[in-house]
Amino acid sequence: MNSIEVSNLTKKFGSFTSVNDISFSVGKGEIFGFLGANGAGKSTTIKMLCGILEPTSGDAMVSGFSISKDPESVKRNIGYMSQKFSLYGDLTVNENLNFFGGIYGLKNERLKERKSWALKISGLENKENTLTSTLSVGYKQRLALGAAVMHEPKIVFLDEPTGGVDPISRRKFWDLIHDISESGTTVFVTTHYLDEAEFCNRIILINAGILIASGSPAELKKEYIDNTVLEITCRETFAVIEKLIPEDFTQSVSAFGNSIHLILKSKFSPQDEELKIIKERIRKLTGDIGEVKIEIIVPSLEDVFLNLLEKRE
Amino acid sequence: MNNAVIIKNISKKFGEVTALDNVSFNIRKNTIFGLVGPDGAGKTTLIRIMCSLLKADNGEIEFTGMNIKKGSRKIKNEIGYLSQKFSLYTDLTVDENIQFIADIHGVTDFNNRRDELLQFTRLKDFRNFQAGKLSGGMKQKLALACTLIYRPKIIFLDEPTTGVDPVSRREFWIILSGLLKDDITIFISTPYMDEAERFNYIVMMNNGHIISEGTPDEIKKALNMSVVEVVCSPVRDAYNILRKIEQADVQMFGDRLNIVFKGMGADETGIESILTENNITVTDIRKKIPSLENVFIELMKSKDT
Repeated sequence: MNSIEVSNLTKKFGSFTSVNDISFSVGKGEIFGFLGANGAGKSTTIKMLCGILEPTSGDAMVSGFSISKDPESVKRNIGYMSQKFSLYGDLTVNENLNFFGGIYGLKNERLKERKSWALKISGLENKENTLTSTLSVGYKQRLALGAAVMHEPKIVFLDEPTGGVDPISRRKFWDLIHDISESGTTVFVTTHYLDEAEFCNRIILINAGILIASGSPAELKKEYIDNTVLEITCRETFAVIEKLIPEDFTQSVSAFGNSIHLILKSKFSPQDEELKIIKERIRKLTGDIGEVKIEIIVPSLEDVFLNLLEKRE
Repeated sequence: MNNAVIIKNISKKFGEVTALDNVSFNIRKNTIFGLVGPDGAGKTTLIRIMCSLLKADNGEIEFTGMNIKKGSRKIKNEIGYLSQKFSLYTDLTVDENIQFIADIHGVTDFNNRRDELLQFTRLKDFRNFQAGKLSGGMKQKLALACTLIYRPKIIFLDEPTTGVDPVSRREFWIILSGLLKDDITIFISTPYMDEAERFNYIVMMNNGHIISEGTPDEIKKALNMSVVEVVCSPVRDAYNILRKIEQADVQMFGDRLNIVFKGMGADETGIESILTENNITVTDIRKKIPSLENVFIELMKSKDT
């Protein structure tokens, strides 16, 4: 049985359709990535799946309960954590865990056992009496996740859990997500860090309330970027991008840090004569800006995401 | 001579916690200057001190060529500040929010400038929308437009793209680089290392100290490292195998690993044979110019965040 089964879910606010007839399913124990631009309808969908917002039409079964008919049972069987709200800063670590344990109805031995588990996974053993507001964001996020799954829910929803978190803490947080998923809990996660989305078993991408792509990271790359992708490392990236946009070999072009990713209109082998000609043309185009390095690369999910969303603008 | 701001020996304590410890650096005029570091490094504290929203325990901040006397309220019209929290009025429209900020700063003829900014930020079609109804990326652009309405000489942006999707982040950056034409100085902090690659100058902080500074190229060169990037599967198994080798560090980037070697001796053949021996499928392997994220992870490695 699937952990989540969404059928024709729709939410309208007045005349505005926030979520438009989306259907998908999430398998048990999967790490499932839910991606989309700001305003695409992600938060609205999560609120519905958590049983706190009623759909206009359609339905979803979450852990076997209908979100429209039995939202209270849905709430009891899930965990939820977001970057924005998770813990009380003016309570100690111990008090926060007691509070969440209490909400989830944990008592006595079970509470004790789950609390020590949460402390262990967040790396806060022997720091029970620390005021939560004085913890660094990395610790706070891991503690918040621990608190959200204290009652061992079958599904946990993580809404941008790593927003604004530095590269090292983000990596530690994802180690924890893997551990939780391996223990059998389904993880439903949203993120704007596309390197994190690569860790998901499956992904769906929504735009303007409509589902536009779904699959494993590998499937998405194969389906949406089968053509050759070049990485161009040079100075003045934005000026070079402007020059590349109108060229006949360009399918799409985006800035990536100090380099440019250029998706070509066809697929070439590295030794292809036509590819050599394109590389020469790029060098001519960039003109006199110093060293220009051009290489074929394997596209990442961020390439897929940009390609899919920029095409729609 | 060409400095917009000179920061001298700034220190700040909150109780027993030292947020900033004797920090000094200069910000050059008309550049994008970046502040990066892990959470708790002191970035927000420093920005708030620079915007005179918070008093330093020690040290001085000098805004050169701006004629700002210490403690003068005039500074508020010379600098713009975009905080991490959305600070606009959600029940006012886009137009009204900009007008409100213009009024506060005593700008009366703001209509043309407002049209210009709405054009520039591509918010023109949304001018009659309530700010609360805008998406995250649009809200940030509106906050930026509000800041620019009174033509400040320097703007401070505290993590403006946190929570903003990859498409909108890129759009925001194009807008920022366009601003430099207006003779503005931009001071920005971000947790996104790919964005930091575009700063003209970077100060990297940790625990209230500067740990590295320079242009992105200088910061990378100072670490003297070389990087091999490998796309392989299963990537977690590969990560655990490569972690055991002594001469290099392994960093995970989604579906790929970056193997960081001290010095210039990056050894891709060695890496490839270790992986194949362990039944890992290698899709792509190449030497790569180190990224700022590589550098950041190396510099922070010892610190437990």
